[in-house]
Amino acid sequence: MKKVENKLQQAGLWIRFVGWLERRAATVFLLPSVLVILAFVLFPLVGSLYSSLARLRFSEGGLELTFVGLANYRKLLLGSEQGHFLGQPGAGLWALVVMGLLALVLGVVMYHRWRAGRSVWIWLGQPLLGGLLLLAFTWLFLSRLWPGTRMGTLQTTLFYVMAGTALQYLLGLGLALLCAERLPGTRFFRVLFILPLAITPIGVAYMFRMLTDTGKGPLVPLWEAMGLSGFSWVNDPWGARLAVLIGDVWQWTPFAFIVLLAALQSVPQEQVEAAAVDGASRWQVFRHIIFPYLLPASATLVLIRLIEGFKIVDLPNILTNGGPGTATESITLHAYFAWRTLDIGTAAALGFLLMLLVSLITSLYAAWILPRARGQV
Amino acid sequence: MIPNLARLFFLVLFLVPALAQTGRFQGVSINVLTFTGPQIAEPLRRHAAAFERATGAKVNVTVVPFSDLYQQILTDATTGTNSYDAWIFAPQWMADFAPAGIMEDLTARVRADTAIQWSDIGVFFREFSALYGGKILTIPLDGDFQMVYYRTDVLRQLGLQPPQTWDDYLNIAQRANGRDMNGDGRPDFGSCIAKKRNAQSYWMFMSILGGYVQTQGTRQGAFFDTRNMQPLVKNQAFAEALRVYKETTRFGPPDELNLDVGDTRGLFTSGRCALSIDWGDIGPLSIDPQTSKVKDLVGAVILPGSRRILDRNTGNLVNCNAQLCPHAINGVNRAPYAAFGGWSGGINAKAAAAKKDAAYALFSYMSQPAQSNKDVTIGITGFNPYRVSQFRDIQTWVAAGFSEAGARNYLTAIQQSLNSPNMVLDLRIPKAQQYQQVVLDRVLSEYLAGQLTIAQAQEQIHNGWEEITNAEGRQKQLQAYLASLGIAGR
Repeated sequence: MKKVENKLQQAGLWIRFVGWLERRAATVFLLPSVLVILAFVLFPLVGSLYSSLARLRFSEGGLELTFVGLANYRKLLLGSEQGHFLGQPGAGLWALVVMGLLALVLGVVMYHRWRAGRSVWIWLGQPLLGGLLLLAFTWLFLSRLWPGTRMGTLQTTLFYVMAGTALQYLLGLGLALLCAERLPGTRFFRVLFILPLAITPIGVAYMFRMLTDTGKGPLVPLWEAMGLSGFSWVNDPWGARLAVLIGDVWQWTPFAFIVLLAALQSVPQEQVEAAAVDGASRWQVFRHIIFPYLLPASATLVLIRLIEGFKIVDLPNILTNGGPGTATESITLHAYFAWRTLDIGTAAALGFLLMLLVSLITSLYAAWILPRARGQV
Repeated sequence: MIPNLARLFFLVLFLVPALAQTGRFQGVSINVLTFTGPQIAEPLRRHAAAFERATGAKVNVTVVPFSDLYQQILTDATTGTNSYDAWIFAPQWMADFAPAGIMEDLTARVRADTAIQWSDIGVFFREFSALYGGKILTIPLDGDFQMVYYRTDVLRQLGLQPPQTWDDYLNIAQRANGRDMNGDGRPDFGSCIAKKRNAQSYWMFMSILGGYVQTQGTRQGAFFDTRNMQPLVKNQAFAEALRVYKETTRFGPPDELNLDVGDTRGLFTSGRCALSIDWGDIGPLSIDPQTSKVKDLVGAVILPGSRRILDRNTGNLVNCNAQLCPHAINGVNRAPYAAFGGWSGGINAKAAAAKKDAAYALFSYMSQPAQSNKDVTIGITGFNPYRVSQFRDIQTWVAAGFSEAGARNYLTAIQQSLNSPNMVLDLRIPKAQQYQQVVLDRVLSEYLAGQLTIAQAQEQIHNGWEEITNAEGRQKQLQAYLASLGIAGR
């Protein structure tokens, strides 16, 4: 009897133990993955965050990181690197005018939201914060375009991202629309337009360096015919920025082209044909039928290019070495130059500021534009 | 039968080759790091092959761009990776390398080495390039001074003398600019100076600045005030040097801001430039029949100076007089700049003993007169004269292709610089690379590109240098600076 009771007790204990195991199975099975993710993602992130708050020193037997608080951030935002990173503003009257107009537009939008019965707290929250951030970035950019001012790596990066993304989208869209037509040779051109995407950015940079050389290289006769034999792209800040932008657009337009071409395949031909029968112009067909179908893919495409564009480094590094001066230097290249000279703290601080910038802009984009593009608002 | 065959097989496979290889460093493999070159890397590879044949050692040469060399050495040696057993680098970086404990003390090896002929190496290179903290830490392989090169034929046609002052330099550059100097029908350039960022631009600028700020001899220093470590930047002399530096761009190639010394040397030897600032390399490169169109048409002169110099009390430019400029000649204060200090070989203190021995033997072999005295006459090597015998023996230079007058002219310009009591020593204090290669180099490039005015450039350099000094500790940096000038014990 005792034996039976013991066995039952043991069986009960075993069942409870198995139950306990089952309840924690998810945790047990997930724990290795979580630990790996923590090790590979969080640890480097925390490490680089600490690096951004430290200064590297070399001492007998190795190197040491000395905690310096926010000194690296202070150097970038207020200290000796301020001009390099944030540029130097001028009293640009037209920048203030543009800012005023932008503020007015934002005000009108806010007012309409308020009249539509939105909560005052929501009105004071994300839209207002987003609007203020947009104004701040606009001022940061426009106030550095006035003669006598200079762009920092922040403005240069914003220029690459905004101008690059817009041009890549428009060119990609144009090429996709062309290749979607039933024209002879479209299959050949589809392949041809995708080729730049297959070339490594370093290769693209070296190729454009050769092409933009007005003194030697394959395009010298062309430059001479245009009267540009005495001109150097690298001596002119905007010439150099344009050279980098052209290279970047050449490399990444195929990406926009592929995505938009795929999206075009989803447009129902019956609707297009029906519109044509009803006498709609080609522009009306595009505006009211084709473009709405392209919007979700377009919004995602732009988001991807925005994030990628902020990380541009190969082209300005190889093509212009960040020059003339620092005119073509992106934030990533700025961080790379700092790292290369063992200013690890500044390089890490730049990395985190870039992460903050990308997070802000993509959050605003995700909050304002993505839902509308996907028809969720 | 089988055991005998096995023995024979073993004998053929292992024992015979082992007996055939009797080198001193048989089985020792060393990794040496230097910059991409072709300068420095070319003679290193060439001598490494001969060294391998003579000693049985295996020498693996790794090259990185110059702008990466400093951090590659430091990160590799301080993080315990120790991929490299030896390096050929800039001796001014010893101020960072030695305190980090990564440099092998070579004093005993040098003392015991008669083949290296240590006393034949110029005193300056023994003291400045090799010695740190009273110990020999590097083997000099190169001697570095900046000079001005000019086209003798062009100056003759223009009826002008080699430049004595920087105003003379600008005048010659302006007069020569646009002339066809190599007979190809295209207008050429009055001045070619390497102004590319992340390259050699800041040395070129310091060559111009020296004559304006240093007047009382080497120990006065040209970078900082020796009383308080304040940068000698926010003054009229620095502003004038900036003005001259930018003015030269008017008479240079259109893409001058993107040229490094490799480019400007190529332009000069192809006959496209009337003037250039450079180390000793253009001299030997100009006699290379494969690439040069200016053989026997090149003159070299000690760096020009100024008749107006810095009054350190007021920050103003004042006229030279006997008291203010005791080393002036014809009223011109000149301060030749020992830029860089000359490529030198150093050995990783963490390397295995056999590797250290092999690395030292390699550097000793490269530095010995039999190899070195020939190397300095070849333009591609990047090695310039640094031994007494190299200045004394004109016939070596003549045999290499120089005319006797050309060789004398070239060597005299270097010797005048080397013997000048007002020589400007390159910066050799902790974070020297941050002061020069980061702050000064970046601001100069922004100024040349028109992003900054003279006043803004001065402000930025001053603030950047002060930031580093304050972070490192002003007193510590001042002591290191004084020691580097020979004022305190090194």
